Amino acid sequence: MPDTARVISPARPAISVSGLDVTYRTSVEARPTLKGAIVRLGRPQRSIREIEALKNVSFDVPNGTVLGVIGANGAGKSTLMRAVAGILPPTKGKIEIHGRVSTLLALGVGFNGALTGRQNVVLGSLAAGLTRAQIELKYDEIAEFAELGDFMDMPMRTYSSGMYSRLAFSVAVNMDPDILIIDEALSAGDAKFRKKASERMLNLAHNAGTMLLVSHALGTIKTMCSEAIWLHKGQLIKRGSPDEIVAAYTNFLEVGETALTMEDV
Amino acid sequence: MRSQTISPEDEFLGEHHVYEPHRAGLPKMRPYFRELWRRKSFAFELSRTEMHAANTDTFFGQAWLVINPLLLASVYFVLVQIVSGRSQPPEYFAHLTSGLFLFYFISGAMLSGASSVVSGGRLIMNTSFPKMLLPVSATYTAFRRFLPTMIVYAVLHLVARLPVGLNLLWVPVVLLEAVCFAFGLSMLFATLQVYFRDTKSFLPYGVRIWLYLTPVLWFADAAPARLQPFLPFNPLYGIMGSWSQVLIEGEPPAKTLLLLGALWSLGTLVVGGLFFMSREREFAVRI
Repeated sequence: MPDTARVISPARPAISVSGLDVTYRTSVEARPTLKGAIVRLGRPQRSIREIEALKNVSFDVPNGTVLGVIGANGAGKSTLMRAVAGILPPTKGKIEIHGRVSTLLALGVGFNGALTGRQNVVLGSLAAGLTRAQIELKYDEIAEFAELGDFMDMPMRTYSSGMYSRLAFSVAVNMDPDILIIDEALSAGDAKFRKKASERMLNLAHNAGTMLLVSHALGTIKTMCSEAIWLHKGQLIKRGSPDEIVAAYTNFLEVGETALTMEDV
Repeated sequence: MRSQTISPEDEFLGEHHVYEPHRAGLPKMRPYFRELWRRKSFAFELSRTEMHAANTDTFFGQAWLVINPLLLASVYFVLVQIVSGRSQPPEYFAHLTSGLFLFYFISGAMLSGASSVVSGGRLIMNTSFPKMLLPVSATYTAFRRFLPTMIVYAVLHLVARLPVGLNLLWVPVVLLEAVCFAFGLSMLFATLQVYFRDTKSFLPYGVRIWLYLTPVLWFADAAPARLQPFLPFNPLYGIMGSWSQVLIEGEPPAKTLLLLGALWSLGTLVVGGLFFMSREREFAVRI
């Protein structure tokens, strides 16, 4: 992508989230049954419980920032990523995005295991709004970076989890996004691919791309990110430099910076 | 300095997005349909790959697209012969097959539409796109399966020495009604399936009863007199009636039948479409 495309006024943040609430409504019954529905008849509210996945979260991400997002399981990290990507509608508040977003979310690419890697990549990209010509241009790059070889033309159900993860990462970074959202990207890749992927992400970050990076690997957050936020139970607890946030988070966990949490898991 | 303003309602457009709670329920129509149009190749590609995948491991492969309707027509022909116990007029078999094929197109779009959103769950969880592409793809697939059956019918039509004339130009008009109707149903049941997962299990039985209530296995004028006043309440009565008139009798469709079909298909399209669009932003939470 030409450099001119990235020259965006620094006064305008790439991502601006203000007062964001996301509330899920789920059925409380473990198994929704006809009997349950009949017993409840006339009192439909009782079966619904609201889960406030995000509560009044506000932050800006200036252009060129690599923002790490940390927090315990269930803190709302993935929900936040989906909301920023426009997949989950906000319940309250507003999200404003300037730039082309590419996402690498926890579930990865490949929505249909019966289709080949190639078909899944093409379909996913078409749904994301790319034209056939754009996809053709990108496809070789994606296949080469993922190092899947002949597996690109095999049904995705035959893939190992590492292969899934490699293909997903390759698709996300090769879309030349202005904003890259990565949620637990490299959990399944092997050490060699992780190294290659880290280099690619650093490269992207140096080119003034904006990145949101969710990771439990605090070491990655420290090396990759220029800023970090800490979410806990849907609320934004703290924002600051990665070192500061990681320290606060580990302190909160009362484990200190042990080898366990520093490890690239 | 600000660059030129891009209207904030361009929900799916590339460069600038604003996501806010949707109070009204419905997205802005123009940008929605513009994006739907822009990404139409997704629907076609999905349909193509799915059709390809469906028959790759069978011996007859794509020939099933023709074998299926032939077997289907034979089954119902045998059934009706046994139940009625007398031989039918020669044009009956043509009426039966043409009606069956159109009915199976509509019910096929409805059935695969019903599962389209739920089975596209992973895509919905990972990408922001106009979800209407999924029922569009399901309807398109059903139509692609329907086209070869028309070739089978054309042969039967000629064999039965049914009239071939300018009145056959009404065929695309009636088909258009059927496509709108099928697409509307596809969206309606896709949405229902998200909220009520039993929909898909009930649907085949509903479809079968509907088939028996529709003038496909019987001629509309052969219905008992006391049932005649209720026939127009069947949403398929107008479409199927016009279809049979055009193909079997070689006449232009009766105005009332054509109008009835148009009303039902447009109504279903609008209701199904609005229902789908008002709910689609919630799909990601429900899947």
